[in-house]
Amino acid sequence: MNFFDNDLTTIHNQLVNHELTSYELTKQTIDALKVTDQTIDAFLTLDEDNALVTAKAIDEKGIDPANLLAGIPIAIKDNIMTKDLRTTAASKILENFTPIYDATVMEKVHANDMVVIGKTNMDEFAMGGSTENSAFKITKNPWDTTKVPGGSSGGSAAAVSAGMVPFALGSDTGGSIRQPASFTGVVGMKPTYGRISRWGLIAFGSSLDQIGPFSRGVKDNAALLAALVGEDKRDGTSVGGHDADFTAKLDAGVKGLRIGLPKEYLGEGVQQAVKDAILAAADKYRELGATVDEVSLPHSKYGVAAYYIISSSEASSNLQRFDGIRYGVRAQDAKNLNDVYIDSRTQGFGPEVKRRIMLGMYSLSAGYYDAYFKKAAQVRTLMRQDFANIFADHDLILGPVAPTPAYGIGADVSDPLTMYAGDVLSVPVNMAGLPGLSLPAGFADGLPIGMQLIGPAFAEATLYQAGYAFEQATDFHKQVPTLGGND
Amino acid sequence: MNFETTIGLEVHVELKTKSKMFSPSANEFGDTPNMNTNVIDWGYPGVLPSVNKGALEYGMRAALALNATIAKENHFDRKNYFYPDNPKAYQITQFEQPIGHDGWVEVELADGKTKKIGIEELHLEEDAGKNTHRGQSSYVDLNRQGTPLIEIVSKPDMTTPEEAYKYLETLRQVIQFSGVSDVKMEEGSLRVDANISIRPVGQTEYGTKTELKNINSFNYLRKGLEYEEKRQAQILLSGGTIRQETRGYNENTGETVLQRVKEGSDDYRYFPEPDIPPIRISDDWIETVRQSIPEMPAARRQRYISDMGLSTADATVLTQSLEMADFFEATVAADADAKLAANWLQGEVSAYLNSEKLDLADTKLTPANLATMIKLITDGTISSKIAKKVFKEIITNGTEPKQWVEAKGLVQLSDPAKLLPIITEILDNNQQSIDDFKNGKDRAIGFLVGQIMKQTRGQANPKVVNQLLIQELKQR
Repeated sequence: MNFFDNDLTTIHNQLVNHELTSYELTKQTIDALKVTDQTIDAFLTLDEDNALVTAKAIDEKGIDPANLLAGIPIAIKDNIMTKDLRTTAASKILENFTPIYDATVMEKVHANDMVVIGKTNMDEFAMGGSTENSAFKITKNPWDTTKVPGGSSGGSAAAVSAGMVPFALGSDTGGSIRQPASFTGVVGMKPTYGRISRWGLIAFGSSLDQIGPFSRGVKDNAALLAALVGEDKRDGTSVGGHDADFTAKLDAGVKGLRIGLPKEYLGEGVQQAVKDAILAAADKYRELGATVDEVSLPHSKYGVAAYYIISSSEASSNLQRFDGIRYGVRAQDAKNLNDVYIDSRTQGFGPEVKRRIMLGMYSLSAGYYDAYFKKAAQVRTLMRQDFANIFADHDLILGPVAPTPAYGIGADVSDPLTMYAGDVLSVPVNMAGLPGLSLPAGFADGLPIGMQLIGPAFAEATLYQAGYAFEQATDFHKQVPTLGGND
Repeated sequence: MNFETTIGLEVHVELKTKSKMFSPSANEFGDTPNMNTNVIDWGYPGVLPSVNKGALEYGMRAALALNATIAKENHFDRKNYFYPDNPKAYQITQFEQPIGHDGWVEVELADGKTKKIGIEELHLEEDAGKNTHRGQSSYVDLNRQGTPLIEIVSKPDMTTPEEAYKYLETLRQVIQFSGVSDVKMEEGSLRVDANISIRPVGQTEYGTKTELKNINSFNYLRKGLEYEEKRQAQILLSGGTIRQETRGYNENTGETVLQRVKEGSDDYRYFPEPDIPPIRISDDWIETVRQSIPEMPAARRQRYISDMGLSTADATVLTQSLEMADFFEATVAADADAKLAANWLQGEVSAYLNSEKLDLADTKLTPANLATMIKLITDGTISSKIAKKVFKEIITNGTEPKQWVEAKGLVQLSDPAKLLPIITEILDNNQQSIDDFKNGKDRAIGFLVGQIMKQTRGQANPKVVNQLLIQELKQR
């Protein structure tokens, strides 16, 4: 099956009409993926046997014509708990860890008869923007294998970009879905905080984390998101009850939509090619009947600093449970309890994770809490207010996802601050708990450039509506990397 | 130099909810280790806490029963520290905003006066698991992990160990009657830490305090504090200074012993728990919880005195535990005489519980059976002496007393027609006693009654026997 040219509806019809079985689809997907992934390194664990058994069972049960997702393969980021399937968060400390329960999203994936192909590479514990912080392998960008795929959900993005799978799940704490989607030329949605249950997502920054879907097209993305949302009594921060029909407005166009273009998002540090692509997108929206005017997010300049304090503080607490006592890797030579803690964590965590833990513990320490954590929380309130001011008279915000297209493997690793600065355009969305959609908007030197649509809380349907209108009016999404593909 | 003492108590109370504070695992004491645990209690990757509304309401109930004000805006915080019995390496607690503040209890002191002891705050949190060490190995039992707790912090209002004892006793009573906890120190559902300092009389600032931890009984609390009062005074009198430290109480020596010297305060890196959204408590909700609070011991005492005619002493003893008070009321509700029910519960029943080391609930005694037995006494069917036999049967075997008494032929002999021949016979054989009676020696009656009781194997109704005997004696 060629996932570049066949969208979800096409594949679904073939399954329903018995031109293809889920077993065949799964088998083809895995066979092709094994070849492609030798170059891309998107996967940490393949679940071949189980995927085939599942697909066969779905075939035997029969494909539900009303369920677009039935029998369709999907890849899962490795920080989402999958029962009986190794889940490492790309960390040595969980190298041997196999969960005994499914994340809520996995229950939904299974309830929708999707076929899980395997677990994808990521920055360790989702900390990073290039997937180079994985303890196990470096994933390559399918558009140029000397470039990073972005991160932290780089494996999921690359797998979809290279046509290995039609869908993947990622997680986004400060841009970890949108930025790799931008770097690899696919569609990635970071839903409103609370839209999707976090039960079973290995926590990084609990007040920021959201799971979301990757796909090649906007419409398919909307179809998958609809299957994942909803209140979950195991996650007190999950919210139900809002508009969850993400496809109804797809064809409504953008006539009359009021789009804001934050001047801070096109300022210093943003590469000219990226600015050009976004300005061209703005023109396209005007052409399609929307209004686009300049708006301001005055506090976004503090966003990166505040984000790193809050996310690292929460992470420093969340990652304390990895102590070598109950599960995961335990240091073998430890002589006493303290050594078990110190040695297991020293051996188990990579340098970026350690850096964030140190940063977080420092920010929460007595005497520093007010100057760091508390101040960051106050900045967060101001950032929320910035967005609320814009959404008082705008439907959407348009901007870049990242200041640059994908950079070279190894380019940023030595300088974490440069790496952190790349998050300047993506973290405000997480700080405010808003939905953000990343979709292809151009190319620079053969590398994709993504644009970001940001909406008020629970306005995902509007994001898809505007995204679909843009996608239908352009052909960026039709271009495919030379590498990969399976026919 | 004269010193005055300042004592404050921190009391942890486990709430007896069905499930844990933030997980659906059973909240049960004494089960097989790690039986009542799930992925949340293990601090597994990816798990999240969800708040047990029942625990929240129990916390509110306790706060209201202790006359505290409920906070409208609540949130939880994380207290971070590494320990094997703390799987997440943080405890979810209320650091910034306790659910209740500024409460009080009124305690009755030995001289009959009462004193109000202030409660600074009550906050909700989760308990930790339990580590045990055997030989070279350590074992972690997470059954207790996540048990809902309220920590009740008193104001430093107590000035003697006796007051601290009374405060703890009253607190335990109020919590027990509010129905939110078993408050059993031996099972760990009530735990107490005490802060104590002394200062020269007249000095305004408090002295350096020491903390007494791991106290296993109310008595040890009193004794530990008494010892600590003396120890601190001796140090100050000999020119030394008190060190801020944690001390334990050695039950064998009656002394307190150093456990840990506190240098500065621990840094728990508290911050708001991001996994639990803030909880707003409305006035309506507070009112609903207030309505659910059972009658408190003081109110019950008053009712026993004014409505049931009990003495203050009886009412006080019966309201010392919820179990006893409930049992008493159920017995009276089953038509037993209140005074007799009170006597039996404080006398025979308590004695039995003490000697067998049992709780009322562990016996087969029911309020209905106790009431029936008391009615058998009041209507003259059995004598008080026989009643003791009946009591033993109903408390050990749970037998229905009326049928048992009839089946065993223990019904009291009250019929004059049956008693007269016996009395006549005894009198015929004891001319000396008749003579003594005529000569005004009343103790002759006692001897004769004894003979009659012996003859009837204790079944004769003493009241009727007395009447008939005097009547017969006068005719001789």
